[in-house]
Amino acid sequence: MSLESVYLFGTCLIDAYYPEAGLAAVQLLEKCGLKVVYPQEQTCCGQPPFNSGFPRQSVAIAKKTIAMFSREELPVIVPSASCAGMIKRHYPSLMHDDSIWHQRAQGLAERTCELIDFLLDRLPFDQLKQAPRQVVALHQSCSALRETDSAKNWRTLLERMPNVEARLPQYAEECCGFGGTFSIKSPQVSLAMTADKCEHLMNTGANTIVSGDCGCLLSLSGYARQHKRHFEAQHLACFIAQQFEQVNTL
Amino acid sequence: MNFNDRITEALGNQSLRTNLRGAMDFLRSKRLLSIEKPDLWEAKRKQAGHLRQDVTRNLASLLERLEDNCTRNGMQVHWAENADQANQLILDICKQKAAESMVKGKSMASEEIELNDYLARHQIECIESDMGEFIVQLAEEKPSHIIMPALHKSQQDIASLFQAKLQEPADPDDVDQLIDIGRKTMREKFKHADIGLSGVNFAIADKGLLCLVENEGNGRMSTTVPDTHIAIMGLEKVLPDLNELPTLLHLLTRSATGQRITTYLNLISGPRRNDERDGPREVHLVLLDNGRSQMAADEALRSSLACIRCGACMNHCPVYTRIGGHAYGSTYPGPIGQVIAPQLNGEEKYSELSSACSMNNACGDVCPVGIDLPGLIRTQRSRHAQRSFKSKLEAGIWYLWQWLHLHPTLYRLARQAMSRRLIARLLIPGSWRSGRGVPVSARLSLHQIMAKRKQSSE
Repeated sequence: MSLESVYLFGTCLIDAYYPEAGLAAVQLLEKCGLKVVYPQEQTCCGQPPFNSGFPRQSVAIAKKTIAMFSREELPVIVPSASCAGMIKRHYPSLMHDDSIWHQRAQGLAERTCELIDFLLDRLPFDQLKQAPRQVVALHQSCSALRETDSAKNWRTLLERMPNVEARLPQYAEECCGFGGTFSIKSPQVSLAMTADKCEHLMNTGANTIVSGDCGCLLSLSGYARQHKRHFEAQHLACFIAQQFEQVNTL
Repeated sequence: MNFNDRITEALGNQSLRTNLRGAMDFLRSKRLLSIEKPDLWEAKRKQAGHLRQDVTRNLASLLERLEDNCTRNGMQVHWAENADQANQLILDICKQKAAESMVKGKSMASEEIELNDYLARHQIECIESDMGEFIVQLAEEKPSHIIMPALHKSQQDIASLFQAKLQEPADPDDVDQLIDIGRKTMREKFKHADIGLSGVNFAIADKGLLCLVENEGNGRMSTTVPDTHIAIMGLEKVLPDLNELPTLLHLLTRSATGQRITTYLNLISGPRRNDERDGPREVHLVLLDNGRSQMAADEALRSSLACIRCGACMNHCPVYTRIGGHAYGSTYPGPIGQVIAPQLNGEEKYSELSSACSMNNACGDVCPVGIDLPGLIRTQRSRHAQRSFKSKLEAGIWYLWQWLHLHPTLYRLARQAMSRRLIARLLIPGSWRSGRGVPVSARLSLHQIMAKRKQSSE
């Protein structure tokens, strides 16, 4: 039997700071019976210069990414709503003055899918009936809420896990203050936002925070360490994989 | 003080933070409650978006039609290219009428040209009659929000202000009493003012009508009690015909204050006619350009002229929620201000505003006419990047960054280097380090993990 294949775009933040989230994504996809193709030449989607007002410096990277993931017409799975949003929404507009590349970008945009959106109807959650009970606070990233519309699937997925109680913080739809280079260029207001987000997440009473975007996680966990707040920040892929691991079905 | 200093000051002001959060919570929840049918809302948003974008493309012809029809209705129409011309025009009218005082309904266009200061220098007293504007004027401040000018103030602040400036003792817990004090002071001024000035929410081109929504009745009084009414509007406020008004009002009032309809809806069709017993004897309409026609000609920014000034973008902006309107230093704060202030108030000073945005798209999500605010802020960032030296340096860094990310081997080396604390420490900017520490990348990257996995499976 030949397996259905998918590409994984691991994203630069996961590659460097959260490789375990990337591995968990691979394991979950394999659990769903898929073969994961991981092109070694992948780097970043090009969002940082694009959002900072330097779109020209992201065009070449976008083209490289488009070409890399167009060798075969496979779905491209991205364990980040932010990077998936960049590909789905901004690649086509970035290529607006080049009809051939625009078309290729459009093609990739249609094949690209955020990880949880892809997994939602594929994972056998009933296997988790015997798993130990878990309480988590869900941080919905702005991209998941307002770009890829994945946030509702994040909530649904956690609801479908019989052993998990997911809590939403107050101001669940407000930004955590990361915003890429915003956190470096407007550090005071960015930190004020992160401080509030941390507080609201901790007020849920959960000790574990889960989210599907590593930018938010990096900012929240960095702030927490620096300010002696104690919680664990996990990528959703890691958290889900861990649950299956606990009942030995990963 | 530069923008960053003003941000720091605002963030350190705890009572401001509390007042802002409270006001934003209130406005957000009221808006949400007023949208009963989300599907209908989306349909109307789409319709209004198309309509307003059509207006931005046909401004010149619509404004000519508006001028013709307003003139036919007996109004006197004036064109002002910039703030100086608008102020001069209004002063000339005041002089013609030998006016000593003016009452003002709420008008952001008049804030934009700083009319109060200008007229005061020419010995004409301007009295703000919108309660929020009245408070801000009394405190010798500027509005911090386009719809709720005094939302940065608590009831306690207002009671102390009335005590100090009007010698009226007031109970801070009694809102009705506070409003009564304001009303009493303003009523006196209405009786004697020679001129009433107002803004315009929409101007209907094919009827020559001015539409003004408000809740306090001060708009109706400023436009009907004094003998002369001057209306001032940014020239993007024009609409082709009356059929479109209900949709836009539906969106405007819900987005702004969460109201299904405002207490007052004024449709002004010109001065008092011979057989009429009240109303102003003269109505002047000042069409303010002040950078707008340039924006209309600028393909990349034109869509921002679709704005109907509801303020929802600032109400939902997490940055505005924490720093308030004054920190921006521009007439229009928040996301829409970040987009239009460089054009209206000067690029030199205001293009840096675009930095204070986390690209969270809460603004674009609520904009009742579907303006892509984050996209426009991105455009302003790239415009800003072409202006300052620091940005040219940054452009270079991004080229280097791009080069690195186009070469997988170099990228892997750089990533490897970032797993050394010392190197990470050197490369991570201080502004990140001070609040969030030094992130050290993992010993084994995903690339390496996946390469190993592949090897062992082969």
